[in-house]
Amino acid sequence: MSSLPSDLRYTKDHEWLRLENDGTATIGITDHAQAALGDVTFVDLPKVGATFAEHAVFGTVESVKAASDLYCPVAGTIIGVNAELNGSPDLVNREPYTGAWMIRIKLDNAAAAQALLTADQYKQLL
Amino acid sequence: MSENLSRTPLYAFHVANGARMVPFAGWEMPVQYTGILEEHLAVRRTAGLFDVSHMGECRVTGKDAAVFLDRVMTNTMATIPVGMARYTILCQPDGGCVDDLIVYRLGPEEFLICLNASNAPKDIAWLRAQVGSSQVKIADECAQWGQLALQGPAAEAILASLTSVKLDSIKRFAFVVTTVANVSDCIISRTGYTGSPGFEIYLPAASATKVAEAILAAGKPHGLLLTGLGARDSLRLEAGYPLYGHEISEVISPIQAGLGWTVKFSKPEFIGREALKKQADGALSSSVVLFSLADRRIARQGTPVFAGDAKVGEVLSGTHSPLLNKPIGTALISSDALAKGNLTVDIRGNRIPLEISAEPFVK
Repeated sequence: MSSLPSDLRYTKDHEWLRLENDGTATIGITDHAQAALGDVTFVDLPKVGATFAEHAVFGTVESVKAASDLYCPVAGTIIGVNAELNGSPDLVNREPYTGAWMIRIKLDNAAAAQALLTADQYKQLL
Repeated sequence: MSENLSRTPLYAFHVANGARMVPFAGWEMPVQYTGILEEHLAVRRTAGLFDVSHMGECRVTGKDAAVFLDRVMTNTMATIPVGMARYTILCQPDGGCVDDLIVYRLGPEEFLICLNASNAPKDIAWLRAQVGSSQVKIADECAQWGQLALQGPAAEAILASLTSVKLDSIKRFAFVVTTVANVSDCIISRTGYTGSPGFEIYLPAASATKVAEAILAAGKPHGLLLTGLGARDSLRLEAGYPLYGHEISEVISPIQAGLGWTVKFSKPEFIGREALKKQADGALSSSVVLFSLADRRIARQGTPVFAGDAKVGEVLSGTHSPLLNKPIGTALISSDALAKGNLTVDIRGNRIPLEISAEPFVK
């Protein structure tokens, strides 16, 4: 398994979050999550403008084996979704931390990201 | 993993080859090695090697063996030539399925039966309970056999390098008892559960790893991959083959499942005949269909099927078809609703039209 990027925050549900310079955040799922799911065939993502509470289901990732809910690590409004995943859902398996980002979100509360797990804390769960 | 799970003779081989092991039907089995999609496509394009040693075996011998089997099975048994195998259902009196089986005729009074892993003890007990005054012996041989499935267009070339038997003389559903990779008393049978050409190999459990290693080495230059239960499931669904507990079960009969060709009413008597005859003559409340979806969401087992707002059925199996690159599956749907059409599945609140397929996706 590849090492965990130290500039990201993590959840116990195996999502990652990167806080961007403009105060928004980018969200995806971890390498551990994609490995557990196996070959991803579809990622069901929300529409721009949708709002989610912390820990609300914002989408579904579907693999050959199972469909798994995606949980929003922080409350906020969707400002972008990764359209690439529509045509290439296998990006989730190949580039979980880069090409397979899933949503961009405007946080309701910028400090919320600080409550998420650090790479070291997340590593303890694996 | 639970300590109650059984392990096949190939357990160490799987672990050494990087398999992800999961519980299945009471066994610890490889679900995948490299990835389900890649393994699936290897079987369609080159070859895949499956460990199916979890499957059970029993041997039925004796003066009345053929007559006995004709009395308990839906398909005809007495007419199987020695050296041939036949697919059949073992039915309850009400037409529900005890199991689906392949029966190999080893001799005039000797048959080897392949049983589903989860059903093997039940099947053997069921068969023994039907013996009555028949002159037959039923021997449980589950522990002494290993089983490999070598499937794909390159299967014949790979196996040819490990046996002296002329493989092209083994026609579909024929078998020979022979030596494979210097292991004697193996059965090579031209059967499979993938919809691609290939063989199933029954072999002494103690030699299973040796033969698997030899096939893996011989197969590598042909592009053979080790393949797990994940690919086995998507392959069999593309080919439209039933899986016990899904398309057939104690409450889904072979007639409902579209397996009427395995039920021979020309036989005057067999267990389940009366109930199955009624169903075949039109009293069928529901039946199993194969479908695909013009969508990316997979309709998995238990997904409801609707006609308008009325629930008229349920998905039995569902997966992603790597060949069609879309979701496929099977569903049990009421006969009335099937006649009217316009059916949908509800996947997480999305209503998706069911595209029913009269033919398997792979032949």
